Amino acid sequence: MLRDHAKTGPAGDLTSPAGTGVSKDVGNRAQRTRAAKRTERQPFLARLRRDWQLLLMALPAIGLLIVFHYVPLLGNVIAFQDYSPYVGIADSPWVGFSNFQWLMFDESFWDATLNTLAITTFQLVFYFPVPILLAVLLDSVVRPRLRLFIQGIVYMPHFFSWVLVVTLFQQMFGGAGLLSQTLRDHGYRGIDIMTNPDTFLVLVTAETIWKDAGWGTIIFLAALAAINQNLYEAAAVDGANRWRRMWHITLPGLRPVVVLLLILRLGEALNVGFEQFFLQRDAVGRDAAEVLDTFVYWRTLLTGEWSYGAAAGLVKGLVGLILILMANKVAHRFGEQGIYKRS
Amino acid sequence: MTTLPPWAERPSRAGLFLKGLVLTLIVAGVLFPIYMVVLTSLSTQETVSQAGGLVTVPGELSFAAYEELFAGGVVTRSVLVSLGVTVVGTAISLVVTVLAAYGLSRPGSLLHRPMLFLVLLTFLFGPGLIPNYLLVSSLGLIDSYWSLILPGAVTAFNLVVMRAFFMNIPEEVSDSARIDGASEFRILRTIVLPMSKGVTAVIGLFYAVGYWNSFFNAVLYLNDNAKWPLQVVLRQYVLQGQALVVGQSSNSTIAGQALPPSLAIQMAIVVVALLPVLFVYPFVQRHFTKGVIIGAIKG
Repeated sequence: MLRDHAKTGPAGDLTSPAGTGVSKDVGNRAQRTRAAKRTERQPFLARLRRDWQLLLMALPAIGLLIVFHYVPLLGNVIAFQDYSPYVGIADSPWVGFSNFQWLMFDESFWDATLNTLAITTFQLVFYFPVPILLAVLLDSVVRPRLRLFIQGIVYMPHFFSWVLVVTLFQQMFGGAGLLSQTLRDHGYRGIDIMTNPDTFLVLVTAETIWKDAGWGTIIFLAALAAINQNLYEAAAVDGANRWRRMWHITLPGLRPVVVLLLILRLGEALNVGFEQFFLQRDAVGRDAAEVLDTFVYWRTLLTGEWSYGAAAGLVKGLVGLILILMANKVAHRFGEQGIYKRS
Repeated sequence: MTTLPPWAERPSRAGLFLKGLVLTLIVAGVLFPIYMVVLTSLSTQETVSQAGGLVTVPGELSFAAYEELFAGGVVTRSVLVSLGVTVVGTAISLVVTVLAAYGLSRPGSLLHRPMLFLVLLTFLFGPGLIPNYLLVSSLGLIDSYWSLILPGAVTAFNLVVMRAFFMNIPEEVSDSARIDGASEFRILRTIVLPMSKGVTAVIGLFYAVGYWNSFFNAVLYLNDNAKWPLQVVLRQYVLQGQALVVGQSSNSTIAGQALPPSLAIQMAIVVVALLPVLFVYPFVQRHFTKGVIIGAIKG
């Protein structure tokens, strides 16, 4: 995602002497000439006079991001305090790392961590391949109208809220849902999948697949569309059957995207999503459904242990950041772009 | 009929059948729950109890559930709240995002790099739940609808996608206007935006869906349940099955009685939550691949 930024980097480098700022990028001619033109060294005021409108345009968004993304980062200092909302950040006493020390000995924190990792691992194995398979299947539908129709249908659940998805699942598989209803009609006992902690992993993965697997195919479909069709023809001439063509052409064509997404997923290992678990925590029970995000929520807003919750959130954020940076290192090792380019 | 690619031999019958079956099952898996929910919401009380729950075969149809829901009261109000937040929020988000995407789309412009860096850095880490809450509360936004809009008003991802799209528009087009003395705002409005209708529609949909679906922020920031958006109502009355007070204005304590949640009414709430997405989606869907993938992959 940041590739573009990195690519235009040398051209936009304001510190380089005049003339050396010409982009090394040979791919895009329009971009190169544009960049070269823009980097001619001009005094600050001249550039301000030229670009003030652009600056003004960017300002509202930058302002919003600073206020709602960067300013709250400072709020993390309460993790090192014994914060009380009545006293405020300025006057709350500092307690050093004691909140973190408590956290290390808190079993429920580790339970939440383990749950989070279990869910991530399970989804990596059982959710991750689904969009790839679905994309290959969709790509094999040659009639364009039919394919667009199916794509339209499978993308749709991505736009439903988690409340809606959980509700639909409850109506299908809950104690009073369609599955139980049908079972009872045929003389069996009804089952309630929605409240069973033992099958919770399967349940959340199924929900995720229903909601997002279709949407996840978009990027793979784009990668498939980019494969040179002549390769298929050549392979067919060489006598490769349908399966060998998939093995030797389709799957290698998907490899870069798969590797990239896999790495990104690893960087997001601690982010399993909030609402899905928040919504089902009561029904399934804390033991199975508590993840790090919900842990922070319940520990703070309901019991008033602000500093403690903030400490847990900070640990999660830092570990997440480290994971992303590590994942990106791995991406470079694989020769992929990663989320930002090596500088 | 079907135009097969030149290298493909005729597919085997069994394979074709299997593929069709799998695809049909997938499509049905998405559509069936929706079909059933809609059908149940339109059924009479008798049909529902006869079916012993959700209705799969159409029986007698009625709009009673919807009439009850929209007679005023909790659901009506929450729908209005959700609509209002969605419209205002989407408008703000789109304007701010489009402006910034254009403002940052010209490499070499003043402060372009540090600002872009600021945007991109938000991908790497979030401030966390508690600090966010502290900020919103210290800004005095608790129990205000702005708490649902402002914190997520700009999404870095949408901004980057949009910017990537703008950067693909050849500079020569806008340069000629610039020579004629057009301001940047004018260029954006009369040249760039008309060329980017698809991507704007898609980004607009992303924002709108986000606002329409906003649930967790509402739980966090709105204590006053008179201000609940629809998703919170959906959770309360459908997912958790609490008794629903319908058909009267909420501030009077005596008027109306709490109804036990009937399945038809519950499903009607689900449909109301579903409907706007189903309605807007087909118009925007065809731009997905063109607008977003191009932006996302290039960016």
